[in-house]
Amino acid sequence: MSRPTIGVLALQGDVREHLTALAAADAAAAPVRRPEELAGLDGLVIPGGESTTISKLAVLFGVMEPLRAAIRGGLPVYGSCAGLIMLADKILDPRSGQETFGGIDMIVRRNAFGRQNESFEASVEVAGVEGGPVEGVFIRAPWVESVGAQAQVLAEYGGHIVAVRQGNAMATSFHPELTGDHRVHELFVAAVRAAG
Amino acid sequence: MAVALVVDRGDNRRFPASEVTVSTTPSTASSPETGTARVKRGMAEQLKGGVIMDVVTPEQARIAEDAGAVAVMALERVPADIRKHGGVARMSDPDMIDGIIAAVSIPVMAKSRIGHVVEAQVLQALGVDYIDESEVLTPADEVNHSDKWAFTTPFVCGATNLGEALRRIAEGAAMIRSKGEAGTGNVVEAVRHLRQIKGEIARLKGLDNNELYAAAKELRAPYELVREVAELGKLPVVLFSAGGVATPADAALMRQLGAEGVFVGSGIFKSGDPAKRAAAIVRATTFFDDPKVIADASRNLGEAMVGINIDTLPESEHYANRGW
Repeated sequence: MSRPTIGVLALQGDVREHLTALAAADAAAAPVRRPEELAGLDGLVIPGGESTTISKLAVLFGVMEPLRAAIRGGLPVYGSCAGLIMLADKILDPRSGQETFGGIDMIVRRNAFGRQNESFEASVEVAGVEGGPVEGVFIRAPWVESVGAQAQVLAEYGGHIVAVRQGNAMATSFHPELTGDHRVHELFVAAVRAAG
Repeated sequence: MAVALVVDRGDNRRFPASEVTVSTTPSTASSPETGTARVKRGMAEQLKGGVIMDVVTPEQARIAEDAGAVAVMALERVPADIRKHGGVARMSDPDMIDGIIAAVSIPVMAKSRIGHVVEAQVLQALGVDYIDESEVLTPADEVNHSDKWAFTTPFVCGATNLGEALRRIAEGAAMIRSKGEAGTGNVVEAVRHLRQIKGEIARLKGLDNNELYAAAKELRAPYELVREVAELGKLPVVLFSAGGVATPADAALMRQLGAEGVFVGSGIFKSGDPAKRAAAIVRATTFFDDPKVIADASRNLGEAMVGINIDTLPESEHYANRGW
């Protein structure tokens, strides 16, 4: 696969920043809102946003079940912040009725790092990313409470798990798409290539 | 001058002078930096494509969250009631804001009066996620807006044109919205403001470097920001629409005109069936370019808010004229 086609779930959130980062990481990137737009994708990004809103819109517009099936079937996925929550098999403190796509055997805590006044930037070492730490932008960010045996921890910050990978699924608590540093997206694009 | 506060780091982002040493020094894992321009602006990026709803009670906040709102604006009276009751409109009661923060997990915004830095300090102390320095409340200062760089909590401000938007950004606003004419249920002013801002941005893109200095002077905005907008072809912060949205089609119209998301004030909880209308406006905002979805979302919503024609409003009651 030379130039994989990677969708960005465009129900709500920082879709444009992910499209830009994917293009810089040499993927053909396209926004995806409808179930039929999943066809032909080599990978999918779940952007940052509000996880409760993304969850509701995913059910409302019929992408929840098709996406679950696609992820179970091995479609490579990467999620940042709200995307990490959407890829968790379990949320510790869900809003009533909040559902996830799942794909990573982990339990996440929403807004674990606090509200907006506690949002922060810090450098984070990510396993598999060469060339020094990445700038982690944490915005009302979740962390991962625990991971199952299949999941690999890629990064920790302040004693908490903030990046995880399991098979073809990858997730970060922070937002590499806001930094102009595309190495995390390159890591994902490499995983998409390897899967294809 | 506001321009003196702004330093070009050469990466198309502006930071207040006080942050520069921090931002240009690589931080270590043990020293997280809060309240940076990236964290403030980045927060608004997460709200894109979404609907932010005015609420006056925890119960309304829950209805908004259940309908798919990306955030709520906590206030004591919606703009339609502020218009009706008159008097000085101020920051909301902290108990009311606390109640709404406790009721929902989505971000909570609240309004301070223009130039009322103490109201803004109180809102920051209460832990709201965004402060709206808003013309809907009665201005506290007729000359100065608040210095928004001085806060950890990010600010959203209203603008009727590009120069006004850039003056607010120079003061530290991390998000811009149109002013519209809140509480009227009439979208005409929001349309005017958005078209004005988008039109002026398009015009800047066509100018050469020599012309940008004069453009900055005309816009009464810092040259650095004017150049940045000319290069990016957009504002350096997220742009939402606000004021007068009452129907799903109104929300979709604002998105088609270039708003990255929509504030809805009186339009939801002054209507016949708020829960249904709120969900419908969320759907139309996501699928703003799909008339079939908007048609479906527009069915059987019950009564819309009655609305006011702007040209019957006395000049003194035009909120868009507040702020400068």
